[in-house]
Amino acid sequence: MAIDLTITAPDVTTAAVAGRAARHRFVFLRNGKAITGVAILGFFAIIAIIGQFIAPYDPDTLGPDIMQPPSAAHWLGTTNLGQDILSQLLIGTRGVMIVGFAAGIIATILAIIIGVSAGYAGGVVDEVLSAVSNIFLVIPALPLIIIITGQLPGGGEVVISLVIAVTGWAWGSRILRAQTLSLRKRDFVEASRANGESIFRIIGFEILPNLTAIIVSSFIGTVTFAILSQITLAFIGVTSISEWNWGTILFWAQSNQALARGAWWWFVPAGLCIALLGMSLALINFGIDEFINPRLRSTGQNAKAMRRRGIVARIGFTPVVRKR
Amino acid sequence: MRFLARRFIFYVITAWAAITINFFIPRAMEGNPVDALLARYQGQVSPDAIRALTVLFGLDKNQSLWDQYVQYWQLLFSGNLGLSFTFFPTPVATVVQQSLPWTLGLVGLSTVISFFVGTLIGTAIGWKRGTWADGLLPVATFFSAVPYFWLGLLAIMLFSLTLKLLPAAQGYDPGLIPNLDFIFIGSVIQHGILPALTIVLSSIAGWMLGMRNMMVTVTSEDYVSVAQAKGLSERRIMFGYAARNAILPQISGFALSLGFIVSGTLVMEMVFSYPGIGFVLYQAVSAKDYPLMQGVFLVITLSVLVANIIADLVYTLLDPRTRQEG
Amino acid sequence: MSTVLPTPATVKTGEPVLQIRNLVVDYGYGDDPTHVLREVSLTLNKGEVLGLAGESGCGMSTLAYAASRLLPPPGIITGGEVLFTRRDGSVVDILKLSDKELRAARWNDIAIVFQGAMNSLNPVYRVSKQLTDVIATHRPALSRRELDDRAAELLELVGISPDRLRSFPHQLSGGMRQRVMIAMALALEPQVLIMDEPTTALDVVMQRQIVEQITDLRERLGFAVIFITHDVSLLIEVADRIAIMYAGEIVESATASEVYRMPRHPYSDGLLGSFPPLHGPRRELGGIPGSPPDLAKPIDGCPYADRCPFAFDRCRVENPALKQTVFADLEPERLVACHLHDLPLAKVPVQLTRRPA
Repeated sequence: MAIDLTITAPDVTTAAVAGRAARHRFVFLRNGKAITGVAILGFFAIIAIIGQFIAPYDPDTLGPDIMQPPSAAHWLGTTNLGQDILSQLLIGTRGVMIVGFAAGIIATILAIIIGVSAGYAGGVVDEVLSAVSNIFLVIPALPLIIIITGQLPGGGEVVISLVIAVTGWAWGSRILRAQTLSLRKRDFVEASRANGESIFRIIGFEILPNLTAIIVSSFIGTVTFAILSQITLAFIGVTSISEWNWGTILFWAQSNQALARGAWWWFVPAGLCIALLGMSLALINFGIDEFINPRLRSTGQNAKAMRRRGIVARIGFTPVVRKR
Repeated sequence: MRFLARRFIFYVITAWAAITINFFIPRAMEGNPVDALLARYQGQVSPDAIRALTVLFGLDKNQSLWDQYVQYWQLLFSGNLGLSFTFFPTPVATVVQQSLPWTLGLVGLSTVISFFVGTLIGTAIGWKRGTWADGLLPVATFFSAVPYFWLGLLAIMLFSLTLKLLPAAQGYDPGLIPNLDFIFIGSVIQHGILPALTIVLSSIAGWMLGMRNMMVTVTSEDYVSVAQAKGLSERRIMFGYAARNAILPQISGFALSLGFIVSGTLVMEMVFSYPGIGFVLYQAVSAKDYPLMQGVFLVITLSVLVANIIADLVYTLLDPRTRQEG
Repeated sequence: MSTVLPTPATVKTGEPVLQIRNLVVDYGYGDDPTHVLREVSLTLNKGEVLGLAGESGCGMSTLAYAASRLLPPPGIITGGEVLFTRRDGSVVDILKLSDKELRAARWNDIAIVFQGAMNSLNPVYRVSKQLTDVIATHRPALSRRELDDRAAELLELVGISPDRLRSFPHQLSGGMRQRVMIAMALALEPQVLIMDEPTTALDVVMQRQIVEQITDLRERLGFAVIFITHDVSLLIEVADRIAIMYAGEIVESATASEVYRMPRHPYSDGLLGSFPPLHGPRRELGGIPGSPPDLAKPIDGCPYADRCPFAFDRCRVENPALKQTVFADLEPERLVACHLHDLPLAKVPVQLTRRPA
């Protein structure tokens, strides 16, 4: 399909660079955006682990202070039932991270299996698998997730992760397929095939290592998708409203008219946390993108030097700066 | 036209897949919630409606799966999607019919605006790369990471509750009777501005970033260097050579991410209690109105498919390579 | 328009049309840039074909793009001048032109045929549009009709049927696309044509046709050509003069036959040894072991010293300047950057001291 070619073209042309560069693992961590992203993500990961222990209150316990704005006793204020919002936020982090990463891992495994086999096998297998992943891409995921989880008894974290993974693997699969397709034609893969190495060996030792960057990138993308979906589901009230996560907080805020009552502290912090977490994932992916596609590398790190020397980098007009 | 033919076959298959998924989901679940609903509304549901629901949800366990499937298709072709319990006894098809135009108006219009404006800004910052314009990137990243509905909540807080500029909910003033007069249309626009702005604000960043990256990639193509070497005007190179090519993957990206965007905007309708299909879905979920949920899913999927076909047609018009014979 | 076209008879050779002086180009804007061109000087005379040869990455393309200020980021010009002599005899420094002046001068003065024949054409526009947009930009007075006629005329010039004007680039073969590019380059009858490996992506037969066509057009239209390639044997046929580049410097320049028959720089000798001779007895192909130095690191002495079979102590500490050899009287155009030629003639390796006939 023509569309497939055009959308993946930039990745494919730079595959060689990515493949070779993948050997210097984590070089991309020198990228400023990626470092910021990993730092924020790490912060939330730590909260997910220790949140339970540092939360000042039990998130469910009703308290005497009702609908209080932030104070020394309740840093982020209280709900209409006097529950401590900071504690809800801290404890809810775990649910967000677990579902996000569990769904991300399952979906990425699915994407690898389907994408790599489609790209490697080619022919009818490729046609069928590609059609399946395109179908899953085109069907709007959220309504699908809603009708599945809506009819499932009990929407626990495991079930939600599974449903999100089943609906969210297609994007990664598509990218991996395109990449595998271009790798398959490379000399080193052709050589291994000519040597009669087994398919598993070729895929495991020749192809997958060269896909590392793309796999990580698609994993991060899927985690973002999973987190947003899960929070949205919780916000709508499709999933269990008794398990704390940031979406649940927003659900209760919305159903108790936090907005109309001007209780900004009830929904602003949760949203900011989502945005921050989402941004950290997006930053990591920008880092990986720039690592895979050198054309995207920002000239930002040179911004200071450029200003000092009065350089304006422009396309088609090479700057002339004479040494003083 | 091979390209279009192939795409068309793909959409037919996708439509079939969506309908089939819709058929199997209730049958794969343990227990059947619709039985409970029917029991609750016993005596109020007409025999015809019961038959339709039986077919839609596979309530008759004695029938073979194949027979159920055939009957299911017959039912769909007659435009029967069963009965809504939320809006009892309105048929699902009617509920959908009433709410779909609102969604098409709001989501369709704001998505198109967001795409064009975002693409335009992305073109500019991709072209002016390495200048102050890059400072927009972190802001855009932040907005692309924010969930749509949360931005909606903030917008309501700021513009409706604090500044009292725009209404916070509904598609029009509830005191008005829907007809095509001046006051009503004015009310619709007034009620639409805030949700539309919020949808634009939260989805525009994605288009900006995508177009910016494509511009950066395309500007290092040889034909852009050639255009520079030819001494063409900056505007001509930026739009005619760079953006003209960068927009192609942007459009295929538009087609592919429509499903995702529509999902986000549906939730926006829930926040604004906008009388579109997303809000209907929300009400269906809250009331566990399964026939309505399934009907809404089907209609949303088919609408996205139609939008995809339009995007493909536009792509074909813009890329001569797809028009190649053979 | 054809009135401004100089007939070959009026072209006086020996007059410079493009003089590059001490051009310095860096990659990177920071404090530690890579010096990709180091004080390169080169003169192109009216109507002549100057071949620029060397291994990939030695700065030939960089030189051409820097001289026309088309080098993409993070390239930056930090010194030197590029003097262009207009038809009216005035001389401009391309590096000092304002954006507007540079835009107006481009394609009028210097046109370029890029390396990638496949990607030089905008895939979404028809050939006609890409030929006429450049003419329309620089000759706004022309009517639509005149533009179309000119486009058809240009295609015929390179041996393509004018019905191809309606084609999109993907409907043309690689050779045809490259001809279209050549036609486009000639659209405004420039004085200088830069050709960056114009034949690399083509098969041998097509290469030959294109080279013959360029030679033929040059004779008819009288433009000067900078022909960049790593295939020295190709240059022998088309070029009047050849400059050999290594690691961002010119190491030898002379007339084509001088370079070919009696190279004076060990690198030129090695480069010639890696291609089969076109005429004369077959000899063993040598090739040069190793690869060009990493320009990101500082280079002490002669950049070729590490690969040079004749390098001696001085080569590792002092970078040789480009200058005439002891044969200066016999070959006044020859310049060589090699310490060997400072030694007594008896100590210079014999393959670098072949006597001019």
